[in-house]
Amino acid sequence: MKTLTRRTLILGAGASAATALLIGRAAATTQARDAAVAELTGGAAIKDGRVRLTIPAVAENGLSVYTTIAVDSPMTEADHVRAIHIISEKNPIARLFTARFSPRSRVAKLSTNLRLASSQQVTALAEMSDGSFWRDRKDVIVTIAACIDGG
Amino acid sequence: MALSNARVSMRDAAKKGEIIEIKTLIRHPMETGYRVDHMGKPIPRDIVKRFSATYAGEPVFEMDLTQGVAANPFIAFSIVATDTAEMVFTWENEAGETAVVRRTLTVTE
Repeated sequence: MKTLTRRTLILGAGASAATALLIGRAAATTQARDAAVAELTGGAAIKDGRVRLTIPAVAENGLSVYTTIAVDSPMTEADHVRAIHIISEKNPIARLFTARFSPRSRVAKLSTNLRLASSQQVTALAEMSDGSFWRDRKDVIVTIAACIDGG
Repeated sequence: MALSNARVSMRDAAKKGEIIEIKTLIRHPMETGYRVDHMGKPIPRDIVKRFSATYAGEPVFEMDLTQGVAANPFIAFSIVATDTAEMVFTWENEAGETAVVRRTLTVTE
């Protein structure tokens, strides 16, 4: 885990200001994120816990941010993770990916690399076989944003 | 252009009940559709939209991707070794082209 230094803070602040200017077009908003979450849950209550989202607090390069999501679940026929959704607050599209598991998976864990348009809060939403939803959220400072304005 | 350069890194053998991690990677630009070329023409979106893995013919992991996943998508997940069986990994782009990798996991008692 990287520690926050004065240098990364200044870099982060500068990059966020620059990105704010760049993402004029089609950027998702907190409203778009909430809409994406509501569409997935169908209005069901979301509880915090059971999901662990591991993502760097400061991402050097928004083009590739290493992310791991793990869910506590026995992964039996009666009680398993159906899906994990990753939802962004500031990217042009809110839902970054959906991973689906079956009891046969036996372990509900995955790692991948995300593209992040700017510093933002990333949401991991786990959908269980009993219809419940669990969530973890992490704030990420993106130093160099994934370029989305055509530059 | 068909999909190519898909790679899977996993152990060939495991003890029954052991959790093994499987790492996969495919060379692909995951073009977002938001960029323009040097003439100012939009570069069309080109992404791997789906990845799936089966073990002994049964689906164990599936993923729907978007342009929010980095270029050269890396996906790692885990399974529990239960039977000696073939694993089939499939990547599919929006045009329906696929890349398939097959690996056999040998499970010992």
